[in-house]
Amino acid sequence: MSATLLNAVWQGLIILVGGTFLGMIYKGLDRKLAAQMQGRIGPPLRQPFFDVVKLMVKENVVPDHAVAWLFNLMPLVSLAAVGTLLFYLPLGGFEPLLGGFGDLILILYLLAVPSLAMVLGGFAAGSPFATVGAQRELVMMMAYEFPLAITLLSLGWYLSSVMPGAQVFSLTVLASNPLWGLVGPLGFIGLLLLFCALMIVTPAELTKIPFDIPEAETEIAGGILAEYSGRNMAMFYLADAIKMVVMGSLTVALFFPYGLSGLLGVTGGIWGSVIDVAFYLVKVFVVIFFAVIVVRVAFARLKIGQAARLFWLPITGISLLGMVLLMLDRIV
Amino acid sequence: MALPRSFKRALWVFHVATGSCNGCDIEIVAALTPRYDVERFGIMLTGTPRHADVLLITGPVTKPMLPRLKRIYEQTPDPKAVVVVGGCGSTSGVFYESYNVVGPIDEVIPVDVYVPGCPSRPEAIIDGVVKAVAKLETLEKSRGGE
Repeated sequence: MSATLLNAVWQGLIILVGGTFLGMIYKGLDRKLAAQMQGRIGPPLRQPFFDVVKLMVKENVVPDHAVAWLFNLMPLVSLAAVGTLLFYLPLGGFEPLLGGFGDLILILYLLAVPSLAMVLGGFAAGSPFATVGAQRELVMMMAYEFPLAITLLSLGWYLSSVMPGAQVFSLTVLASNPLWGLVGPLGFIGLLLLFCALMIVTPAELTKIPFDIPEAETEIAGGILAEYSGRNMAMFYLADAIKMVVMGSLTVALFFPYGLSGLLGVTGGIWGSVIDVAFYLVKVFVVIFFAVIVVRVAFARLKIGQAARLFWLPITGISLLGMVLLMLDRIV
Repeated sequence: MALPRSFKRALWVFHVATGSCNGCDIEIVAALTPRYDVERFGIMLTGTPRHADVLLITGPVTKPMLPRLKRIYEQTPDPKAVVVVGGCGSTSGVFYESYNVVGPIDEVIPVDVYVPGCPSRPEAIIDGVVKAVAKLETLEKSRGGE
């Protein structure tokens, strides 16, 4: 018993450190590639590490108007929530560490925690910029949670109708039964639409351009993060980096859970896992590249009203249409 | 405590205009454009003094800006450096003894580096930011030696 517990603790530590490292590398890639697309040289790949070390050295200011305990607690909550998310996701083709203890619904709720923590931290900062940012973040959450929920639930529902009795919301089951092979032509279009909806929700979930309205640097001076500095800011920075890995892994687990090792004929053993992990890293990178990096270079920031309307009408429409098509696919 | 090497490689600057003619401000913006691309040195423009390591200040201090400049300086977390960009901030320049001007920036807050010029060139501004950090490091060392 204690041996398995010790094993789990070790694996958990490896996942946490590895996930953080990966998130920082993807963040560095994001900045480097965005710079290249804008015709700049861009910062080195290690830039996020420099940033975090520097932030840890800086003074940690708590403003006079702030509710100090809430202000200091929220970065921790945010970081803890995204760290927990890593345990429920199949990273690198392996079984999730806590796969037996939580499923897609839990992930849906855990995804809301970092954003809510930022909202509370913003309100606790007592600065008008942070308050406006927090209100905007709440509006954004109300806007994008609905299409996100529809997307995730439709996938589970379809799998439950194909495989009655299976634990359809378990990510292990979802990842081992890719829906692309199960659906007919109507369902294929439905899945494609759901995938599009998830890809558009991803930058909003990560508060990246064009949906970085709560953090708009040029109008509300960093918004929610306006009063954060030093160690607290570093924790939000890390949480943001890990969340990128989380969203990438979620998309990969739901839509592209394929491995290369079977195709190359090297199943099992160390080389099989190495190939699968490498392929998984590439898949997450591709998702982040198209959902975050290209989008943030190509578009300007939307206004909060435009973003809310975008998610409530077209994106919700797309995901609902995808759900209906999946249902029709089962009936026809 | 000595500053880690990373500090020099991740400077976030905050830009304050205390009554400048906008000439120096445009040169600061020019330093951020793809042509000079300061992000390759890790230098980023932030929207709030709370995130800043270096304050880039332009222009002579006008009377309305006096309390605000002090407040911005106090809001910036330590360790921080102050870089004055342009002749007006260094000496009041053509606004010397103007009725609405308090004086150059070093009469209000401590200044680490002066970047002369009317306006300063972007290369000079980047050099000034780097020099400011070098000065910070020597300060930290001398404090540690005491």
